[in-house]
Amino acid sequence: MSRDMTETVPQKEKLVHRTLTGLNPAIESLLAAAVGLIIGAILMLVWGYNPWKAYAALLQGAYGDAYGWASSAARGVPLILTALTFSICVRAGMFNIGAEGQVYMGAVAAVAVGYFTLPAGLHLIVGLIFAMIAGAIWSLGPAILRLTRGVNEVISTIMFNWIARFLTFYMVAFVLVDPLRGEKTISIPVSARFPVLIRGTDLSWSIFAAVAFAIVIYFVLWHTVIGYEVRAAGLNPSAARYGGIKSKRTMLMAFVLGGLGAGLAGATIVMGNPPTYAIISGMPQLMNAGFDGMAVAMVGRNHPIGILIAALFFGGLTAGGRTMQFTAGVPLEMVHVVEGVIVLTMAIPELIRVFRVMRSSWDRLMSVLRRRSA
Amino acid sequence: MNWSFLTDLLRISLHAMVPITLTAVGEIVGETAGLFNIGLEGIILISALAGALGAEAGGPMVGLLAGMLVGALISLIFSIINTYWKGDQMITGIGINLFAAGFVAFGLIKLGSPGFHSVTRTAQIAKLQTPIGSLSPMIFVALVIPFIIHWFLKRTRAGLILKAAGENPEAADVAGINVNLVRLLATTFGGVLAGLGGAYMSIAWFGSVTKDISAGRGFIALATVVFSGLNPLLALLGGFIFGFFQSLATWIKTLPSKPIPWQFVEMLPYIVTLLVVAGAIGRVRFPKELGKPYKRE
Repeated sequence: MSRDMTETVPQKEKLVHRTLTGLNPAIESLLAAAVGLIIGAILMLVWGYNPWKAYAALLQGAYGDAYGWASSAARGVPLILTALTFSICVRAGMFNIGAEGQVYMGAVAAVAVGYFTLPAGLHLIVGLIFAMIAGAIWSLGPAILRLTRGVNEVISTIMFNWIARFLTFYMVAFVLVDPLRGEKTISIPVSARFPVLIRGTDLSWSIFAAVAFAIVIYFVLWHTVIGYEVRAAGLNPSAARYGGIKSKRTMLMAFVLGGLGAGLAGATIVMGNPPTYAIISGMPQLMNAGFDGMAVAMVGRNHPIGILIAALFFGGLTAGGRTMQFTAGVPLEMVHVVEGVIVLTMAIPELIRVFRVMRSSWDRLMSVLRRRSA
Repeated sequence: MNWSFLTDLLRISLHAMVPITLTAVGEIVGETAGLFNIGLEGIILISALAGALGAEAGGPMVGLLAGMLVGALISLIFSIINTYWKGDQMITGIGINLFAAGFVAFGLIKLGSPGFHSVTRTAQIAKLQTPIGSLSPMIFVALVIPFIIHWFLKRTRAGLILKAAGENPEAADVAGINVNLVRLLATTFGGVLAGLGGAYMSIAWFGSVTKDISAGRGFIALATVVFSGLNPLLALLGGFIFGFFQSLATWIKTLPSKPIPWQFVEMLPYIVTLLVVAGAIGRVRFPKELGKPYKRE
C-alpha cells in the first residue's frame, strides 16, 4: 500500500509536466516558438547570415500566398498523424518514440499495394488500410516487450526505428524496386493516389484523411470507455488499477492506435505527394516524419486541436524553410535547429513563471526610473 | 582456413566498444544521481563535430578537449533545466537530439560538404601498433575509466552522496547535501564522457564526421546502462558485446560471398540490444527517484 502511495504522487506530477496543463497552454506554446525563433536568429547571426531576411523569406514561403499555405498544409499532413501517435501514448503515460519506424513500414505497405489492380477509390482505401495495419504491427513489438518484459518503450522503440530503417532500405532496393529506375520503388498507380486538392500545389486530399483521424482520436479519447481508461491510466496508474482498469490492455490500445496513425502518415507521404508517388532510395521524404511529429505534439499540447494548429506551424517551417534556403541562402537544416530549441523550451514547466519574473522585474525597474524622473 | 579474421573482429570490436562504453559509464554516473539523459545521442553527434573542428585547429588533444567541453556544456543545459527548473527529462533529451541533428547537418554544410566532413590526417589520433593490428590508444582509456568510476561509486564518500541524491533526495537534503548541485555535477560529468566518445569517433576511429555519425549509439549506450544495472564494469562488458556485433556486421558485409543482404546485417546490433535488454530486465534495480525532478516539500 505505502509503495503504491509513493508511486502515485510523482506519477501525477510527471504527467503535469508532460501535458503541461498550465495556466495558459497556448501562450506557453507561442512563447516556446518565439524562444526557438530568437535562438535560431542568434545562431544565424553567428554564422554570418541575415536573420531578418531569412525569416522574411520563411514567412513569405510559408504563409505569403495560397501556394505557401497549401505547401505548409501539405507538409503538415503526416505531422498531424505522427504527433497523434506520440500524444496518445503520452496520454496513457508512456513515451512512444516509435512513430518514425512505423511511418516507414506504412509507406512500404502502401507502395506494396501498388502491385494490386483495383478500381480507383477502392484501391486507395485498401492502400490506407494496409499501411495502417503495417504501422500497428510495427508498434506491437515495443508494446509486447513493455507488457511482458517491462522493457522501457523509449529504448525499444528507438531500436525498432533502426530496424525498420534497414528493413525499408532492403525493401526499396530489392523487393519494391522499379525495374526501370533502380533508385526508387515502383510508383503507386493513379487509382491508389490521393487526388490533388489545389491544382499546382502538392496539397492533396490526404489532408482530409489526417483531419478525420484526428477527429476519430479526439472522439475515442474523450467520448469512449477505452479513451477514458487510457487517460485515467496516464493520469494516475495505481488509482486506475484500483478502479478496475486493466492497465496492460490500455497500454496495448494506446500503442496500436498510435501505430495506426503513424502507418497512415507513411501512406499519406507516398500516396499523396506529387510527383513521384514512390519511396526514393535513402527515403528523404520519410526521414524525420516521426521525430518532427513529437515536436508538433508537444507544441500542440497533446490535444488533437492543438496538434492541427501546431502541424500547420511546423509544416510552414519546412515549406518556408525551402524558400529561406533559396532566397536567403540559409540551409534548410536551420529549421531543425529551431525545432530542437522549441522542444527544449517546452520541457521547462515554469517557463511562463520565468517569463513573468522577468516582466515583473522589468516593471519594477521602470517604476523606479519613473519615480526618479518625477 | 585463414583465422586472421578473428583478430580483425577483435580489433574492430574494441574500436566500436569505446564510444558505447564511455557514454554508458558517464550515464551510469548521471543515473546514479537521478537524472535520465536520453539526449546522449545528440551529445555524441555534436561533440563528434566539435572534436573534428578542435583537432583541425589545434591537434588531436585539443579535439578531445573540445568534444568533452561541448558534451559538458550541453549536459549542463540539460541538467539546469532538469534540476533547478524542474523540467521534463524526456522532453529535454528529445529537444537536444532534434537540435543536434539540425545543428550538425547545418555545420557540415557550412564546412562546404553537405553530410560529410573528412578530418585531416595530422589532426587524427595516431594508432598504436600491436600484435593484433593497429589500435587506438583511446581503447585503453575506455578500458580503464570503468574501473575508476566503479571504485569512485563503491568506495568513496562522494560516490555515496551521488547515490543518496538518486535514491532518497529528501534524506540527502536533510543531511545537508545540495541535491540539485550533485545531480547537475554528475550529469555534466556524464556529458564529458559522452563528448569524449563523440570526439573519439570523428578523430580517432572514422577520421570523418557524417550527419548521422552517432547512428543510435547514444541509445545503445542507454540500453547498455539498463543491461549493466548501473555497474560500470558490466557496462564495459556490455559495450564490448555491442561492439562485437557491430564488427560482426561490418565483417559479414565485406565477405565476397554476401551470405545475407547488408541491410539485415546492419540490424544486428539493434536486435541484440533488444534481446539483451529484454533478458536483463527484472534482475536490475534502478534508483528510486530516477527521472523525477526533486522538489522540496
